[in-house]
Order: sequence, then structure tokens, then C-alpha cells
Amino acid sequence: MSIIVKNISKSYGQVKALDDISLEVRPGELFGLIGPDGAGKTTLFRILTTLLLPNEGTASVNGFDIVKDYKSIRNNVGYMPGRFSLYQDLTVEENLRFFATIFGTTIKENYDLIRDIYVQIEPFKNRRAGRLSGGMKQKLALSCALIHKPKVLFLDEPTTGVDPVSRKEFWEMLKRLQKQNITIFVSTPYMDEAELCDKIALITDGKILQINTPEAIKASFPKKIYKVRSSETFKLIQDLGTYNKTHSAYPFGEYIHFTSTQSDFQPSELIDYLKANKHNQIEVLETNATIEDTFMELSK
Amino acid sequence: MKAANAIQVKNLTKTFGEFTAVNNISFHVGKGEVFGFLGANGAGKTTAMKMLIGILKPTSGKAQVANYDITSHANDVKKNIGYMSQRFSLYNDLTIKENITFFGGIYGLKKATIKTKTQALINDLGLHDEANKLVGSLPLGWKQKVAFSVSLLHDPQIIFLDEPTGGVDPITRRQFWEMIYREAHKGKTIFVTTHYMDEAEYCDRVSIMVEGKIEALDSPKNLKTQYKVDSMNQVFLKLARNIE
Repeated sequence: MSIIVKNISKSYGQVKALDDISLEVRPGELFGLIGPDGAGKTTLFRILTTLLLPNEGTASVNGFDIVKDYKSIRNNVGYMPGRFSLYQDLTVEENLRFFATIFGTTIKENYDLIRDIYVQIEPFKNRRAGRLSGGMKQKLALSCALIHKPKVLFLDEPTTGVDPVSRKEFWEMLKRLQKQNITIFVSTPYMDEAELCDKIALITDGKILQINTPEAIKASFPKKIYKVRSSETFKLIQDLGTYNKTHSAYPFGEYIHFTSTQSDFQPSELIDYLKANKHNQIEVLETNATIEDTFMELSK
Repeated sequence: MKAANAIQVKNLTKTFGEFTAVNNISFHVGKGEVFGFLGANGAGKTTAMKMLIGILKPTSGKAQVANYDITSHANDVKKNIGYMSQRFSLYNDLTIKENITFFGGIYGLKKATIKTKTQALINDLGLHDEANKLVGSLPLGWKQKVAFSVSLLHDPQIIFLDEPTGGVDPITRRQFWEMIYREAHKGKTIFVTTHYMDEAEYCDRVSIMVEGKIEALDSPKNLKTQYKVDSMNQVFLKLARNIE
């Protein structure tokens, strides 16, 4: 196993940031930690990268214990924190050379690994990091995290606040990196990105809700889901909220995802109810659960 | 310019030295509309928004917000709009109550009004137990709901929301949009940016900015028909960087 986490807990004063977390990541796996802001994702990253000690539990990365062998872990992993943390007043190239040097290597030695990403920012190699755009900063940070050829790469919310196009490009980059036999442990609040991981852990309020492949997590959704729409969305949300057979009703783009409390529920009942409430252009269709549906059901 | 529009923008341009951040954009937002203002990072959204809320002077072009000219009457614009962003909205080291009192004071509300509004806001959000807690100790989703309510304190006609739901958990994110809908239903105009494309679907109309220009502007339904795709995410990918 590349990463083993056993019963890790961490509190800050009264606040329990992590509550008895356990998980395993296989070598070469792209593992996603999926959860909102405040779920405890960053705390787990800081524990695994040996920057923070847990209150309880044990963990190892690449076979090294996070407490006893912290120095070995630091040499073997790459870490890209959520907040941009390169030297703003060094140039692109200086930053990269700095990170190569402190890990006892050179840019040349591992250039192959970063070529794909670095060529995109190489035209700006003499620009100070502080003056790069968000997307370029992200590529530089990833290059710096990779320059010593780590066995495990930790990426804490690399795509938060990033637009859908740049997010797509970033994930394509990760997929290519994965082929170079690097284990990738990545966190994100975007549920659609969960689909791109080999395995995911859904986390909220310091607890893991479920760990599995994205397919298995979607398949585990316990109810039939219907996508519903009518000509008046706002009224539809309100009317579904007061319908006596509603288990859940959440907006999903142009539809509302609806589940019923009745196991023998028939869509025709809902259509009748909506008609009685003066809705037009009513549509009720069975649909498949997404990761987000499952997340909301589990955290309800 | 028609008074029926909450926002009217004509040939608005902003340059920084050699760089044109906003390039001759024109559009309007109707009263009571939920308007999604989308674009890739660096497309010029923030610059455009800063001009519309009266804190950045345009290089050329004109805009009216709540019937006030953004250049000659910037202060009137500020008094008549609400604004919240993901980055900054409330003071973490003040309690919820203190934040409301503070912002109420900034907006020039009377003490008695602040008192009633505070009570109403806390009731609406069901935050009785948290009212005297520091904002910094609240989960992000709650913070954002409080921030949205605070941006409504002075009863503005238009509310600008800059990525209000980034990183917020999926359930709270939806509750937040229900709050948006409720305000729009009361006739308030909503101008919102987001990176969640499912949220783009909740808007009446959406504009997509690419390199300083507005490349598309229509209802989500029409945009999907026009670009022959079935989600706003695909519309965005096609437009913003020509990715299939």
C-alpha cells in the first residue's frame, strides 16, 4: 500500500477536525478525497505530509511511519498545498531550481517528468511567480512538487476557484502523470471531479461517509431518483418541499432530483400532484444517481 | 436608456497599460432577473464587476446601475446595490450580531431598524444559538448565507454575488440558491458569477466572457440549442477554449 491511514483523529481545541479516519491507497492509484470546505481534508493532508501530528491513530506513506520516519516521507513525497506557497519574488525558473536543489537534484535530471506541464509556462520563465496568472501559478506549483520525482503526490484542492476549462486541463495532466507510476492523493470540493478518480472517499465534518470506486458509490444510492421539471422552477422547488411523499428534492441544473418516501412510488402520482398545483410542461423521468446525490443522501 | 432595466452597459472598456481587460462590452439586465456572469479565470469578469459596483473607473464606455451612472454617480450606485464575494464578506472576529450591526451602520440604517432587521435575519436563518458566536467559527456555508442576508440589509434593488458558493457543501449550496430565487421572486435583480455549471442552469440568462469580450448571451436553454449540446458545462467548454 502506498498510503495507509488507521483510525486517525485530530482536534483543535473543542473542534474535532478528523474523527477516526481510516483508508488505504494502492500504488499508482488516483485517489480523491471529496468534501466541502471545513470537512477536514487539509488536516489529513498536513498529517500525511508530516506537518501536523494526529491525536490518535497511525499512518504510513510509502511504507514510512508519519511520526517515526518523517524525514524519509519528506524526501519521497510532493505536496502542493491549497494556498499558493511558492516564492512570489523569485522567477519561475528560480523557484523550480530552488526546489530541485533542496531535494538534491537538478531540473535537467527529472525534466521528463515535468516537461508536459512546464513547457506551458517556460515562455515566462523569467517572470516573477507573484506576477503569474492563476492557471500558470498552478502549473508552476505542480512542477515544483514533482521536480524531485516523488513516489506519492499530494494535491490539496488544486482546482478550487478554477474555471471549468482549466479544471478539465488540470485533470488531463493528472491522468498523464499517473501513467508515470506516481500515486496521486487529491482533494476537491467539486463532486464532478470525483468521477475522474480511481477511488474516492466522501468526507464531511471530519468523518468519512463512504470509500469506493465512483461507479460503486453511485450504484449504492438506495432509492430511485426522478428528474423533475416544470415551467416554473422556483414554485416547483417549493411544491416538492411540501409534497407529503418527498424524501428529498434537490436542484440539479435544469432539473430537480426527487426521491420519494414510498417504496412503491409511481411517477404518475407526482404528475397529478403537480398538475393540481397548476404546473405546466411537467416532466418526470427516472434518472441515475450522481456522486453528488449520494453525498447529499449520506450527509443528510 | 430604459428605466425598466436594472443594469444597462454600453461599450464598456477597461485597459491596464497595454492590456485590455474588458473590451467593449454591451448588455442589459432586466429588473428581477437572475443573471449569470460566466467566464474563464482571467477573462475579465472581476474587472467588469468592479466597474459595475462603482469602485473602478472605466477607460471608455458607459453603464447605468440602478439608474445611476457608474462614473458620475458611483456613490449612489454603491448605496443602491448589495455585494458579497467568496473572498471577503464578513469580519471573522466579530459575532454574527456584531457583523449585522456594523454593516447596518455602514449602510446608514437607524438603530431601531438594525435591531428589527437583526432579529428577522436570525429568525429566517434559524441561527438563534449562533447569533453571539464569532463568524470565524461558523462553517463556510452558514457564513455565506449570513453574508448574503447582510448584503440585503439596506434593501438594495440589485445584488452582486461574486462566486458566492465556492467550496460550499452541496446541500447548503442549494439552500443558498433557494435564497437567491426567493429574492428574485420579490423583484430583486441578481448578478452572479460561478464556476459551478449546474448553477448556470438556474439563471434566467447567462453571459460568457472570453478574453475581455462577451461571446455569448442568452437563456441557458437557448445557448444549449445554439451550440447543440445538452449542458451548460459543454457550452462553456466549447466557447471558453474551443474544447469539444
